[in-house]
Amino acid sequence: MAYEFTKEDLEQIEKIKAKFPEVKPATLPVLWVAQNRFGHVEPEVQRLVAETLGLPEAHVHGVATFYTQYYKEKMGKYVLDVCTCLSCQLCGGYDILHHIEDKLGIKAGETTEDGMFSVQQVECLGACGYAPMLQVTNGKYVNHLTKEKVDNLIKALKEGKEPDYEQMEMPLRKV
Amino acid sequence: MSSADWKNYKPVLIPEIKDLHKIDVYEKNGGYEALKQVLTDKKKFDGPKSVIDEVKAANIRGRGGAGFNAGLKWSFMPPADGGPRYLACNGDESEPGTFKDRKIFEYNPHIFIEGALIAAYAMQITSIYVYIRGEYIDYVKMMEKAVQDAYDKGYIGKDILGSGFNVEFHVTYGAGAYICGEETSMLESIEGKRGYPRVKPPFPAQKGLWGRPTTINNIETLSCVPLVIKNGASWFSEIGAKNHPGPILYGISGHVNRPGVYELPSGVPVHDLINEVAGGMRNGKKLKAIIPGGSSTPVLRADQLEGVSMDSDSLREAGSMLGTAGLVVMDEDTDMVDVLWRIAHFYHHESCGQCTPCRDGTGWLEKILLKIKNGDGEVKDLDLLLDITTQMEGRTICALADAAAWPVRHTITRFRDEFEARCKKSVHAMA
Ligand SMILES: Cc1cc2nc3c(=O)[nH]c(=O)nc-3n(C[C@H](O)[C@H](O)[C@H](O)COP(=O)(O)O)c2cc1C
Ligand code: SF4
Repeated sequence: MAYEFTKEDLEQIEKIKAKFPEVKPATLPVLWVAQNRFGHVEPEVQRLVAETLGLPEAHVHGVATFYTQYYKEKMGKYVLDVCTCLSCQLCGGYDILHHIEDKLGIKAGETTEDGMFSVQQVECLGACGYAPMLQVTNGKYVNHLTKEKVDNLIKALKEGKEPDYEQMEMPLRKV
Repeated sequence: MSSADWKNYKPVLIPEIKDLHKIDVYEKNGGYEALKQVLTDKKKFDGPKSVIDEVKAANIRGRGGAGFNAGLKWSFMPPADGGPRYLACNGDESEPGTFKDRKIFEYNPHIFIEGALIAAYAMQITSIYVYIRGEYIDYVKMMEKAVQDAYDKGYIGKDILGSGFNVEFHVTYGAGAYICGEETSMLESIEGKRGYPRVKPPFPAQKGLWGRPTTINNIETLSCVPLVIKNGASWFSEIGAKNHPGPILYGISGHVNRPGVYELPSGVPVHDLINEVAGGMRNGKKLKAIIPGGSSTPVLRADQLEGVSMDSDSLREAGSMLGTAGLVVMDEDTDMVDVLWRIAHFYHHESCGQCTPCRDGTGWLEKILLKIKNGDGEVKDLDLLLDITTQMEGRTICALADAAAWPVRHTITRFRDEFEARCKKSVHAMA
């Protein structure tokens, strides 16, 4: 399949380039534009990014492979990034991960056969006070997970309902 | 405001004002007044150097973990030569246990923007970049909106408030890599590369972004700046702990009833934070240990906490560090072997691999700890682990290797019995 950016993507890319004194710094943001458009940055997509920016393909490949959030292969429609790092570990992050694995019948790092879900175990997402938690496809955080909350999330995602932004209040802040 | 009097503290970094993230509300509550004073009140501030002096006197110690005096850091910038100069604001926030800068992005983004603008004026910076971790995409969007609003009001751009001062402000973000919180790795990432930390010297003040003078500060550090400008250095330095003054965003997580981020003066006693602020231990359990300021700061046992407060001096005496003030609380059921293995896994996963002692060392730490965790450890493995940590410390390009070594060394030393017991239960016990 030949990948192409849309007119809007190309406009966005011009805006990104204007932020920096040279082209190379556009690599990360344009990989994001590409991933948001195509759902991943497979080698073919990396090539498109390199060509669009006039940068060596090896450079774009090097960047894409350094950062964990770029999907170097096709993933499920929804990617569940379950945090098991320090505070999440203490608060049952592994139980949540295993519950999701059992429920979907896959292991972390795998994708369901119907292509709906991928599950990954990830490092600290900066939501330590709201553990255990997960992130849906590099987007919304879902906090204070219980098995029931996970079940509801998976059910909603199957129906195409993505979670809303959860505002986590500062407990003593009274406004 | 003394640390002991924390109950009467009124938040100043994230004050209790509804919709403060909106620029109009921020302005109505004295927002951007500090920037105005710095740029236009020549009686109060006579040029950039006077601003640096005030900030230096306030002793805002870097909130990114290392605790370096911000004003002093600013004074290391070489004299302006007409070329570009940069401020890189560190919003990477990836040290396990740390989740506080996101509160500024969400609740009071303009205090950070105003602080960064004042810093830019003080150092004659031409462009500001804020680098936010990629996972915080919701906060990236909030910051993009806040920066645009500040542009529209004329606080960013050309001839700001008629002062002749010009500066650009750009929001950038990462894509998943803890190492990009290390300041020179962040510069590489902003430049569009793999986030390999740079060898120092040259320091960023000499050669930073695109080879030009650059200063790096944490988001919370910069957010303290408007407070210092408005209220004066001595007002700030009288808040909380003497040698580490000011407001602190404490992130409390783990086995407490009410985890979350709390703004209080520096130096609050650890017991008060756990028992009163965070509502005490979950399920009535007993406290076993804390990690005071992010996963790299050495663990302290409950019996080491008598009279200890969240200030750099007190924690140093107790045998740890304030770090990012991300306090992780562990109860009596916590398995320290599991916890330490998970920390070791984190640092191994996040090592960029440039330096052998770090790449191989973090790998060995994780591997041996996994072996112990799985019940295959031998007592002599504990000394091997300690030996590896000494071979990692101080021998690498950046401090990730140290950050990985400290928790291993201190957790084993401070919970030696627990580690030995696990090893002795294994089939290799006699070896
Ligand atoms: C491995 C590593 C990770 C770091 N991560 C962060 C981070 O996520 N956020 C941060 O502000 N500082 C981080 N730092 C510290 C920065 O290198 C730098 O000291 C800091 O941003 C300077 O700002 P400050 O002086 O205002 O604290 C990290 C350091 C190391 C060695
Ligand atoms: S110490 Fe580790 S993370 Fe830092 S530069 Fe060396 S290998 Fe990379």
